[in-house]
Amino acid sequence: MKRHPLYGLMAEFETTDDLISAAHRTYAEGYRQIDAFTPFPVEGLAEAIGFHKTRVPLICLIGGLTGCFGGFFLQWWPNVIGYPLNIGGKPLNSWPSFIPITFELTILCAGLATVFGMLALNGLPTPYHPVFNAPRFELATRNRFFLCIKARDAKFDAQKTREFLQTLKPREVSEIEV
Amino acid sequence: MGVGGLENTPPVGANAPVLAPGHTYATITDKISAIVLLQKTRRGWWFGFAIAFALFMILNMAVGYLLMVGVGIWGINIPIGWGFAIVNFVWWIGIGHAGTLISAFLLLMRQAWRQSINRFAEAMTLFAVASAGLFPLLHMGRPWLFFWLMPYPDTMGTWPQFRSPLVWDVFAVSTYGTISLLFWFVGLIPDLATLRDRAKSGVSRVVYGMLAMGWRGSAMHWHRYEMAYLLLAGLATPLVVSVHTVVSFDFTLAVIPGWHSTIFPPYFVAGAIYSGFAMVLTLAIPLRKFYGLQDFVTLRHLDNMAKILMATGLIVAYGYMMETFMAFYGGPSYDRYMMLNRMTGPYAPVYWSLILCNIVIPLGTLWSSKIRRNVGALFGISLVVQTGMWLERFVIVVTSLHRDFLPSSWGMYYPTRWDWMTYFGSIGLFLTLFLLFIRYLPMISIFEMRGLAHELKEKQG
Repeated sequence: MKRHPLYGLMAEFETTDDLISAAHRTYAEGYRQIDAFTPFPVEGLAEAIGFHKTRVPLICLIGGLTGCFGGFFLQWWPNVIGYPLNIGGKPLNSWPSFIPITFELTILCAGLATVFGMLALNGLPTPYHPVFNAPRFELATRNRFFLCIKARDAKFDAQKTREFLQTLKPREVSEIEV
Repeated sequence: MGVGGLENTPPVGANAPVLAPGHTYATITDKISAIVLLQKTRRGWWFGFAIAFALFMILNMAVGYLLMVGVGIWGINIPIGWGFAIVNFVWWIGIGHAGTLISAFLLLMRQAWRQSINRFAEAMTLFAVASAGLFPLLHMGRPWLFFWLMPYPDTMGTWPQFRSPLVWDVFAVSTYGTISLLFWFVGLIPDLATLRDRAKSGVSRVVYGMLAMGWRGSAMHWHRYEMAYLLLAGLATPLVVSVHTVVSFDFTLAVIPGWHSTIFPPYFVAGAIYSGFAMVLTLAIPLRKFYGLQDFVTLRHLDNMAKILMATGLIVAYGYMMETFMAFYGGPSYDRYMMLNRMTGPYAPVYWSLILCNIVIPLGTLWSSKIRRNVGALFGISLVVQTGMWLERFVIVVTSLHRDFLPSSWGMYYPTRWDWMTYFGSIGLFLTLFLLFIRYLPMISIFEMRGLAHELKEKQG
């Protein structure tokens, strides 16, 4: 049988504390292509694997600004340029009455940008991913905590990395095929 | 407070646990997901669904007939052009507001007790908005032309009247519906992944798998996810205030006595939260009993919600007081007449029932911590408050319209059976959707409960 190429090595832990200290040690060891999998957001874990910044807030801001200016333009253009109506000499650009819709569209666009931006940055939907091949990975949505060192890491060596992971006292270390 | 010596009385109030002791990540996951995955559909569920679906069919009948012959089947007339459609619209949209407040505002305030009630409260919001949205559309008379409300370059070269609160409403309610759906769905993604991983049958595996979109709980994903969730909460909080403010603008920007009032926006928002928290209690109390969720929705939750009910009830009471005061303190005699007419005119029984349901009963009873921990009494009070809030909207819409400036244009409004059928039918629509939700999706956020268990464990050291 043809051997599949290796995606990485997966170590399984029982508690968040074990996982976080393992993540810190892995990062300190020089590994950079690492990821962790948990059933709920664990504080400090993303930082432990060297992931600090996210662009989600920036995307939210851009969405919000787009909605804000777009929303105002949507009302200003028909009232001032597209279909101006002189009603008792009142100003065409009656901006105070354009505020509610501008506000609603700001929120709408910021919200849509946030959600779709988050999904896009996370690469979701992902119909297939190698980590699902790890044994007992279905427990990553229940009560187990996983740490993965990817094979494309410059320091990765199937034998040495496995030995290193064993020193972190995991429940089990397993190979994941692509 | 310890439990020693009081084995049968669980601690309540601020000392009560938000999660019963002894729960681990595994027990939380198994218990909540089992309701969806393992349990056979219960008899009680079928019973409830049968009633809800029957009511929903009544709605379909009423709407079908309405589309055939027009809004003349309702009791509306000139001068009372709004009637039940707007009463129900404001009532439903108000009910929805508590869900957003629980999920967004309490998240920003870091209230741990929100974790076990936010999911079904958000679902409640979504279905309440769906029920609310029906009414203005049906009230338009020709609902199939609803897209005229949207700004698009049409062949007639015309545009919506952007200076009208009725158009603001379109934007406010559709934004609210969209953001509520996004918030709810984003919250569901990790739980859908849990269901995918625990589902036994092929079909549910595929369906939950597709909906979970390949969520795998990666730390980097969680990091962005939490940020997005927080941002959505920050966006939803001002949104929820703006929506009922815009709804109140529908009234206040008119010159009708009793509508043209600056107190409306805050008083509408408080009323919305009041009726919404009452609805959350109405739903939570039977749910925790029938599905044995007393460990997750504890007496602490019920007590907290009752306190919010009381706080918003007091704001509403202040609103009524100010409304009455301003009518007599302010200049126009029309306002004075409107208030006297409300209290002593043909609709006086409705007004006094509203005072009874919204002020006398709830504010007279909720002071007592004994009543706040009496589940049956709370359930009753929550129903009373919802009735009261519905009556409030009826009073605002009908009493102001039926006698305005000229006695020659006065009239009376009597709802017809089609009005009642549409109203009760919309409750059927809401309950049908809600029952489907508790059957097929986790009604408590599993991943947030695991996080809560983790937090409590850390605190205990």
